[in-house]
Amino acid sequence: MEQPRYIVTTTPHIRSRDSIERTMLFVLIALAPAAVLGVVFFGVRALFIILISVTSAVCFEALYQKLARKPVTVTDGSAVVTGLLLALILPPGLPLWMPVVGAFAAIVLVKQLFGGLGHNFLNPALAARAMLMAAYALPMTVSFTAPRTAPDATASATPLMLLESGEFTPAGADFLASFLGNVGGSIGETSAVALLAGGVFLLATKVISWHIPVSFIASAAVFTALFHPEGFSGEVVGYHMLAGGLILGAFFMATDYPTSPVTPLGKILFGVGCGVITMVIRLYGGFPEGVAYAILLMNLTVPLIDRYIRPHVLGKRAKAGQP
Amino acid sequence: MVKALRQFKKGILDENPIFSQAIALCPVLAVTTSIVNGIGLGLATLAVLLASTLVVCFIRHFIPAQVRIPCFIVVSATFTTVVSLLMEAFFPALNDALGIFIPLIVVNCLILARMEAFAAKNPPLAVAFDSLGMGLGFTLALAAIGAVRELMGFGTVFGLAVIPEAIPRNILMILPPGGFFVLAFLIVAARAVRARVGKGEA
Repeated sequence: MEQPRYIVTTTPHIRSRDSIERTMLFVLIALAPAAVLGVVFFGVRALFIILISVTSAVCFEALYQKLARKPVTVTDGSAVVTGLLLALILPPGLPLWMPVVGAFAAIVLVKQLFGGLGHNFLNPALAARAMLMAAYALPMTVSFTAPRTAPDATASATPLMLLESGEFTPAGADFLASFLGNVGGSIGETSAVALLAGGVFLLATKVISWHIPVSFIASAAVFTALFHPEGFSGEVVGYHMLAGGLILGAFFMATDYPTSPVTPLGKILFGVGCGVITMVIRLYGGFPEGVAYAILLMNLTVPLIDRYIRPHVLGKRAKAGQP
Repeated sequence: MVKALRQFKKGILDENPIFSQAIALCPVLAVTTSIVNGIGLGLATLAVLLASTLVVCFIRHFIPAQVRIPCFIVVSATFTTVVSLLMEAFFPALNDALGIFIPLIVVNCLILARMEAFAAKNPPLAVAFDSLGMGLGFTLALAAIGAVRELMGFGTVFGLAVIPEAIPRNILMILPPGGFFVLAFLIVAARAVRARVGKGEA
């Protein structure tokens, strides 16, 4: 029988290939270099933490959805991403059961109780880290181990902790080690080069847009340059950009869809807020690192930002006097 | 008698002040860092609740409707003072632990709610059973929240260590957010129990 020359269907006629699975797969690919380097630098213990965190995140998601009689959607990969992100922001020497507690907090308390994927009002991994920090402050602070390959493998404090306590100045610091990730810190946050490679991959595949990471990092740099208590120094600014979780947070945490604004202008506002709060905490606050709290605080402002900055309705003209 | 028993029973599960009515939550979240604190505040509230609802019940015909709330407060303030002085004399440590929340029983909304909604409209026997049930339900809820928070936060039950020292304590459970988390999960549990009990009777 001859095929009809035209096909009658309903809209939409053009479908994008975007899906949750594809997005999550791309995020996993983008995080892989940082995770691999984390294991290289911090040893097999880091690998255990990653595996435990991912496994327990997936298990909690499946278990909750089973108990709540919801469709079990662990195959979409979002729990894997949350578990991996959580592991990457934990100190490598943490007791191995703590990632399980963290995964429970991330998946059950923050994500599923508020309605599951797309309904969380905070970034689950960051909220879990903040809760672990509040619950187990001591292990979360002293469990940083030096990378196996570092020249002085005895030091266990992170560069930001040393900056905070004044034992260390960025002048003459080993920038190459910071760039590669051969310094103390959370499992996946130390290697700037791996994170930047992953970030560029996400930008190239259009999983994320440039607005949040660029405005986040740029505003942090500008704030450091202007308001560092010891005055401007290019080395200090550069070191603050490389150290800690700034790059990881800017590319992978702050860009989480449900907890970031929709419009480009809103995203830039959000990123600037994150950058400024991060540096306020680092330079003036009691904690050495402020990325996690900065993003969590800005997560709370997202509904407000989206309320006031709305995209123009297609075809609607701007009012007179407005751009 | 059956009716009186029902008045007593409803406060424990069906109309539990904490898990069902969700009233008087401020002291609940503030003091339940241990079982002893929970039971202590619960029993102190029970004593004030029972005495003041009975008094309100007896004088309910003499209280002008327009000024009934001030009258209720005066009654509960009287008994709170009595309980507060007794606790200071006989349980000084517990009194210190509970601090401001003993004097604050005066304005505990559980007490005001029972006086307004029940004691001012019902005969003395029913009021006594109602107050006993509500007070006991309140105490049980406080003890349950305190037990979970004490076990997870300090690793102890009634002050006896049950979790080895080597395991770090979950400090979050002692902090106010922990109170909210535990309360939320216990409300879920109480609802599940209520659903099951209700199904059994139907």
